[in-house]
Amino acid sequence: MKRLRYSLWIFVGFAAALFGLFAYQLTQPKDEFVESAMVGEPMPEFDLPPAVESRPGLSRADLADGQPKLLNVFASWCIPCAAEAPQLEALERSGANIVAVAIRDRPEDVDRFLAIYGNPFTRIGRDDISEVQLAIGSSGVPETFVIDGNGVITYQHIGDIRESDVALLLDELRKAGS
Amino acid sequence: MIAEIGLAALWLAAALAVLQLIGGFFGARDEGSELTALVRPAAVMQGVLCAVAFAALVYAFAVTDLSVKLVASNSHSMKPLAFKLSGAWANHEGSMLLWITVMAIAGGLIAFIERRLPERTMMATLGAQAFVGLGFYLFILLSSNPFERLSPVPADGNGLNPLLQDMGVSFHPPTLYIGYVGLSVAFSFAIGALLTRQVTPEFARVMRPWVLGSWIFLTIGITAGSYWAYYELGWGGWWFWDPVENASLMPWLAATALLHSASVLAARDALRTWTIMLGVVAFSMSMVGTFLVRSGILTSVHAFAVDPERGSFILALLALYIGGALVIFAMRASTIAEGERFSILSREGALVVNNVALSAILGIVLLGTLYPLLTEAFDVRVSVGPPYFDPVSAIFFIPMLAVMMVGPLLRWRKDSFDRIKLPVVIVAAVTLAVLVLVLFLSDIGFLPLIGMAMAIGVAVASFMPLRGRNIRRIPLAVWGMCIAHFGVAVCLFGVAADTAYQKERLVAASPGDTVEIGPWEATLASISPVAGPNWTAMQGDIFVAYEGGRPIETFPQARSFWAPPGETSEVALVTRWNGQLYVALGNMAEDGRWQLRLWWKPFVTYIWYGGLLIALGGALALVGRVVGDIRRRYAAQRGEERRVEEAELMA
Repeated sequence: MKRLRYSLWIFVGFAAALFGLFAYQLTQPKDEFVESAMVGEPMPEFDLPPAVESRPGLSRADLADGQPKLLNVFASWCIPCAAEAPQLEALERSGANIVAVAIRDRPEDVDRFLAIYGNPFTRIGRDDISEVQLAIGSSGVPETFVIDGNGVITYQHIGDIRESDVALLLDELRKAGS
Repeated sequence: MIAEIGLAALWLAAALAVLQLIGGFFGARDEGSELTALVRPAAVMQGVLCAVAFAALVYAFAVTDLSVKLVASNSHSMKPLAFKLSGAWANHEGSMLLWITVMAIAGGLIAFIERRLPERTMMATLGAQAFVGLGFYLFILLSSNPFERLSPVPADGNGLNPLLQDMGVSFHPPTLYIGYVGLSVAFSFAIGALLTRQVTPEFARVMRPWVLGSWIFLTIGITAGSYWAYYELGWGGWWFWDPVENASLMPWLAATALLHSASVLAARDALRTWTIMLGVVAFSMSMVGTFLVRSGILTSVHAFAVDPERGSFILALLALYIGGALVIFAMRASTIAEGERFSILSREGALVVNNVALSAILGIVLLGTLYPLLTEAFDVRVSVGPPYFDPVSAIFFIPMLAVMMVGPLLRWRKDSFDRIKLPVVIVAAVTLAVLVLVLFLSDIGFLPLIGMAMAIGVAVASFMPLRGRNIRRIPLAVWGMCIAHFGVAVCLFGVAADTAYQKERLVAASPGDTVEIGPWEATLASISPVAGPNWTAMQGDIFVAYEGGRPIETFPQARSFWAPPGETSEVALVTRWNGQLYVALGNMAEDGRWQLRLWWKPFVTYIWYGGLLIALGGALALVGRVVGDIRRRYAAQRGEERRVEEAELMA
């Protein structure tokens, strides 16, 4: 019986190890995301047609005009893109110049999306085959990049922009401008 | 007002849980304690109050009371009523309230009706139940209040995730929850028995209906969840070894083992500590499952239920309950006297093999589910899938199935092979014959081949225990076992046949095109837009014909929801007795052709029929046991009355 008594504590040890692992993983920042290798690199060459009639398209040259910008990669079919719309508007109100790339989308869908959720974008390029998205190392929608005045990517935000991210992005934008 | 009534009821229930815990603690030490008298009424009232709270929430959803935050963020006035109601529990706060409600009602029930165990054990059990419940009350009241108000009141709600707007999934979570929570009752009984050292056959008999009941609900929940994933996700698969699926499978495996070991304890007073251990493990697995789903530390299709902060809370509860239970177990288990002995070739022997195999499979699934988490701590990313789970669990499934064919034929304590030679030879012959037949007729993989042969073998073997008995005098519980085992065979056959013979095609088709898939011909007639209450869809009009027979018109849809926005695939299913045709409509290609995904899945429906048969078997056994208990109780009462009458006559 003595031997049994000690071996019973093995279960307690096992459970403790398990809970320890759980606790450790809970405290770890959860980066499901692969950061783009393009951060710190200049934007690749591209020239996208307009995604909607009301805004011009987007090319590499538009991103190297001396003014830092936010580049939002979105799609009308993407739910988090709708969720981050108020934050994009807040960024626009704070003076950010936001350009966008609509991924695999139809003009009428983009129009409807912008009508519902607002249009904070100065330019929207139409990327039907995800060419620009892939070239800048974005693996999903929505993603937001900070581009400095020379067309160099200085920061990548993966996923929807939460309220707490707005200040962070403005800060990155300011850094890119200096 | 209604929401406030719900909240008040919940606080009162929590206060009663404190009373129940204290009373249970003293009652377990000393039966004569004055607080003891309060424990049972406290448990019953708790059940009533929780039911009131839950009803209040369902009412708020039914009338779309948007001043309640939970309603505003999860419902929408345009939603069909059924989904409004199911919206009450299709979110974190509501599902936690459902959890505690089921738990409180179960606690109230045992407090109200259960009088067979020694009172001290009952007090310890109800104390443990209150302890577990209290953690959930705190969780709900402090961090997930479902009745929180919202000001200003929004014009309309956010709606419900489109994937969840489906009848099947409306009832999938509550079913699983009832299963999980039922295991908490078994857990409390195990703790009660352990604390008071009353691990007796009577304890097993008292615990068994709860295990059986929650096992039935888990079986139905898993079966329904599997079917939902099959037709709603549009991938044609029915089991993905997704962490969340595993989270529901693990308690089921533990409950299955517990069910069988409790039978041994009830009938033969053996496997005492083992049964207690399984009681602890089964509920642990429910909690681990809930934790994995809610905390989001594993990536899965249930991403809509994730919140890391709540994860920490559940982890704390998990550590407290399970850690505490294991410590008590380690301290007490060795003081529990060893149960009866038995020979290997006996019913108990077979059930021990069953238990070892089920526990091993449980370990395999647990390891596979948590392995990515473990390696991630060392910065290595892996993904564990069917190539691991299928063959490794098969190592234990195959011997378990073999023992399942023979076990029910054996007698308790000791048996001889000679006595059961005939049925064993028949079953073995059938299994081998199918094996050889399939081997020669078709070229399929090793596991599907074994699966097919064993499915037929188990199917035949499952009714062997009825052989030579008077059909009308066989107890319901035995029928239940036979049907449940037959269900395993049916399910296994579906799995093996679908794995071995399914056909899949992905094509781009224009209206007028015909696609062949297995014995079917599918002709795309047209594609047109349609609208529902809260969605629009592109709908295909596709005629399918089986072996050149009369064409059947089907309408697969690609649906877009707007509140909240999202897309789902409504697949078209054509069911025949020998399988299912599965048609999913994809996107339009650039040249105006439409993507079509077609599967011919032979006997795939048997997987879910099998699951339902297993649950039906469980239900029959449960009815049999409960009716038996009531009869015994009635007879005992009559006997008692007669004794009193006789005593009076004598006097």
